[in-house]
Amino acid sequence: MENDPIIEKLKEEFKPDIVEVTVKNQKRVTVTIRPVAILNVAGYLYKSAGFRFIIASAVHTRRGFEIHYHFSRDSSGLILNLHVILDRNNPEIESLSNMFNATNWIEREMHELFGINFLNHPNQDKLISEGNWAEGVYPYRKDFKSVTEDKK
Amino acid sequence: MSRKTLIPIGPYHPLQEEPELFKLYCDGEIVKDIQWVTGYNHRSIEKLSESKTYEQVFFLVERICGICSTSHPFAFANAVEEIAGIEPTDRAKYIRSIIGELERIHSHLLWVGLAGHFLGYNTVFMWAWKYREPVLDLFEMITGNRNSYAMFKVGGVRRDIESHKIAAIRKIMSDVKHKTDLLTGAVMDDPVIHARTKGVGILTRQDVIDYAAVGPTARASGVAIDVRKDDPYAAYPLVNWKVITAEAGDVFAKAQVRLLEMYESISIIEQCLNGLEKTKEGDITVKINEIPEGTGNGRAEAPRGEVFHFVVSDGSNSPARHKIRAPSYVNIATFKKSCIGQTISDATITLAGVDPCYCCTERMAVVYDANSGKRIMNARELIDRSISRSLDLRKEINSNK
Repeated sequence: MENDPIIEKLKEEFKPDIVEVTVKNQKRVTVTIRPVAILNVAGYLYKSAGFRFIIASAVHTRRGFEIHYHFSRDSSGLILNLHVILDRNNPEIESLSNMFNATNWIEREMHELFGINFLNHPNQDKLISEGNWAEGVYPYRKDFKSVTEDKK
Repeated sequence: MSRKTLIPIGPYHPLQEEPELFKLYCDGEIVKDIQWVTGYNHRSIEKLSESKTYEQVFFLVERICGICSTSHPFAFANAVEEIAGIEPTDRAKYIRSIIGELERIHSHLLWVGLAGHFLGYNTVFMWAWKYREPVLDLFEMITGNRNSYAMFKVGGVRRDIESHKIAAIRKIMSDVKHKTDLLTGAVMDDPVIHARTKGVGILTRQDVIDYAAVGPTARASGVAIDVRKDDPYAAYPLVNWKVITAEAGDVFAKAQVRLLEMYESISIIEQCLNGLEKTKEGDITVKINEIPEGTGNGRAEAPRGEVFHFVVSDGSNSPARHKIRAPSYVNIATFKKSCIGQTISDATITLAGVDPCYCCTERMAVVYDANSGKRIMNARELIDRSISRSLDLRKEINSNK
């Protein structure tokens, strides 16, 4: 299968930062990059390559905290998942909110639910559980136990 | 120092995915800033989903939203089928698209009614909701439910549309088309509606790109994105239709896009019914054994825009992670652009322009003085203000004739 020129361009432009490229089919591509390069690569996708930010999903796995930034290129129906793996003990990554507004809420949400720290985020206040949730308890982590589970 | 008034709108809106509170900071008549508070009724569906089997998750995500209750199962089915590499049968695809488009028609009619109400056109409200009823009856006939249809499963649909029902669906569709003509004519020709909605709550093309807005909100600003066209799923690549766009980005453009989209939906349903007649009755599911390890990106075009589901599977019978993004999540953020600088009487219709289901504003909004906390105005009075502005305009237009 022929590779999308945009993927070839990404590989060329950000060669040292790209860890892995998985092409599932012409419309679904996952690019794993080093977390330090997120601003450059996301900036390239948004500003030069005409991608639209859909949403970001944080996942807590054995490897640590992973974030999939989902970008869409609507002209061809391509979803590009920009994938980073963050440190298990100190998950932090540069915020994209200063570049475009669309990531503002989802970064706040990931901070609140997973405890991932977004550097230089304009406002990392709680989005969902303001005033009714303990500090430093992150419910979407796999090691989180609810009160009822504790009692068992 | 000028006195700033805080107008809270919300928090409870049962028709929306999540209840929320908008705080409008006003200086005199003009909205100066807007803040958004949510989480009043956070149900943690993403987390719950991790404890349910793939079959059960369909019923869970169907309850995210009452109005677009089929768009979430739609996107979830697309995501899981991508992981498993399954292609549903043509008949199942047609049925899925029919359900999706019927939902778009009833959701847009609901919006037109509410928008009419906010502008003081209760006749539009009564009409639109009356014409919406036959669509809900149709749902009851096809699925057994007027809402939360429980039609989707991995690899197909749960119920067939039997051949003897097709004639009844065609009849109701032609009625709805006729009524949509009436409604569109009434809305598009009215000078007061033009005066109230044109140039109000404008979102520019750049705002849409910056906030990544989707659906009619984006299409009304000239951004022609529609998942049904861009990343076709179900029966959409098998039928002919076009993406409706408008350039102005104001509330009128949003209304125009929604009204014209209903015609496309009716046309899609008619073509899907033709497709149903060509396929074999009962051929609605593909058997699947297990969901392998992997990730799936599923999306579907809901009435309000793109619904996105991201599913991580670890090979077990329930998702390891399930991320859901409803269209209002990105569309509501655009209020920061569209509302600021508007007058209070235009704020309600600007907020409603995005279609965040506004049925509760009436009961919940109260105007307070931001400094003293004293109550100035309640929501009834707020909507009355919007209605009386339409009346004044109507008088003015009539006297100029």
